[in-house]
Amino acid sequence: MKVLVPVKRVIDYNVKVRVKADGSGVDLANVKMSMNPFDEIAVEEAIRLKEAGKVEEVVVVSIGVKQAQETLRTALAMGADRAILVNAADDVHTDIEPLAVAKILKAVIAEENPGLVIAGKQAIDNDMNATGQMLSALLGWSQAAFASKLEIEGDHALVTREVDGGLQTIKVKLPTIVTADLRLNEPRYASLPNIMKAKKKPLEEKTAADYGVDVTPRLTVVKTTEPAARATGIKVASVDELVAKLKEAGAV
Amino acid sequence: MAVLLIAEVTDGALALDATAKAVTAAKQLGDVIVLCTGASAKAAADEAAKIGGVSKVLVAEDALYGHRLAEPVAALIVSLASGYSHIVAPSTTDAKNIMPRVAALLDVMILSDVVGVIDADTFERPIYAGNAIQTVKSTDSVKVMTIRTSTFDLAPTGGSAPVEVIATGDDPGLSEWVEDKVAASDRPELTSAGVVVSGGRGVGSETDFALIEKLADKLGAAVGASRAAVDSGFAPNDWQVGQTGKVVAPDLYIAIGISGAIQHLAGMKDSKIIVAINKDEEAPIFQVADFGLVADLFVAVPALIDAL
Repeated sequence: MKVLVPVKRVIDYNVKVRVKADGSGVDLANVKMSMNPFDEIAVEEAIRLKEAGKVEEVVVVSIGVKQAQETLRTALAMGADRAILVNAADDVHTDIEPLAVAKILKAVIAEENPGLVIAGKQAIDNDMNATGQMLSALLGWSQAAFASKLEIEGDHALVTREVDGGLQTIKVKLPTIVTADLRLNEPRYASLPNIMKAKKKPLEEKTAADYGVDVTPRLTVVKTTEPAARATGIKVASVDELVAKLKEAGAV
Repeated sequence: MAVLLIAEVTDGALALDATAKAVTAAKQLGDVIVLCTGASAKAAADEAAKIGGVSKVLVAEDALYGHRLAEPVAALIVSLASGYSHIVAPSTTDAKNIMPRVAALLDVMILSDVVGVIDADTFERPIYAGNAIQTVKSTDSVKVMTIRTSTFDLAPTGGSAPVEVIATGDDPGLSEWVEDKVAASDRPELTSAGVVVSGGRGVGSETDFALIEKLADKLGAAVGASRAAVDSGFAPNDWQVGQTGKVVAPDLYIAIGISGAIQHLAGMKDSKIIVAINKDEEAPIFQVADFGLVADLFVAVPALIDAL
């Protein structure tokens, strides 16, 4: 079985986001970019399945700007076998919507025929939490979102999901889409020799037009603003002072 | 135009807080028709009918919907979709699982975690862990969205909408429920609690997390945790507050031994009063705290429990 893992190039999770003064968006020029953390977890899970002999090949796909090549090389250095870059935008500030991404992935899947797709549950830039579920809908496949444990057993997968009340375990028919939550695994760091080796692994380039997918956004961004700032608070010197302040504020 | 609102129903019980807050958001868009679905959903529907501003409640009862599996529930919603301008649900893990599937089946985008309704097509939603708020205008024929309930007020009760039983769909046969692991608790539910006491990595162990729980119980509060505390096994996953966990906005939020990574702040910075107790005076949590106490939590928290 082949596993397909979509990965996204996003602002590094440690970078403080700056909203542009003209309200047109978030400044991404000269900012450190990395693989979406949830996608790293998805790549790691796919590699572990390969190491366990459950799958034969791990293919990573990124849809966006040309610079996403770096993100794909990172996934290859972690241990993915092959990469596909789908060029769908020229400007790093263009965010391809989950619906368009899902349509492109559906077309990639028609060519690649994976038995399993593992995606990150959400991208930390647009915080949509949608691509995996949308892809599953378009394919008519089963879905197991927010996974903290994944086991492949014959023609199905047993997935434990992080839900509001705790944990839910479901059995889904293969092929399926799993979206990775934080506790699924701890992703490895790529070693230097593996980073060198990754440079020689195959990376195929395509465009959204190759798949006949229209990536015109359905949501027009009217403006992007800073959230309201909180008023500066005070430091209290003792527990007694804290309790007095809370009583004064009517909070306890 | 009419709005189809998917009520949050878990094991037959209506999550009134989440549903009634979503009604407040939906009411701005048109007549609100609520769908209650589950293996048993009649009691939930009767309760939802009492939410002020609800025009009608549809109830679809079938074992198929008992565990909120995405495939059959999404298929049911899509079968009902025609005639509605908006399909909305409170932003719970169930809705986040189901609603994007509904949107894709209708060939429209999802609007996740809406925090503001500007008009019928224009909405505000947080991006980058709430570090920016984006206003977006949808060009889709039907808007499918999840509502971040912490930013909307509770719709009043006192309504008496009619309840109509509707036909259920077929089992797509793609997934089946195996088990739930849900810890029973007498504490208030995290996302609707008036007071939340959260612990972070600084608490140090699962055993010491009992101190956080003790303070919470003294205040009648819900217990939360930072990602670091959950990853370290001090607290269960469903206590996580943050960008990818639960978003809370209680009247009082007490952060103990939490450094305040932006991912955590994303889940609590709309709280009315924030208290931070941390021994590191440089911790970023103090930048959002109304009252900060630089102290060893193992000294301060027992003293706080005694003083309250």
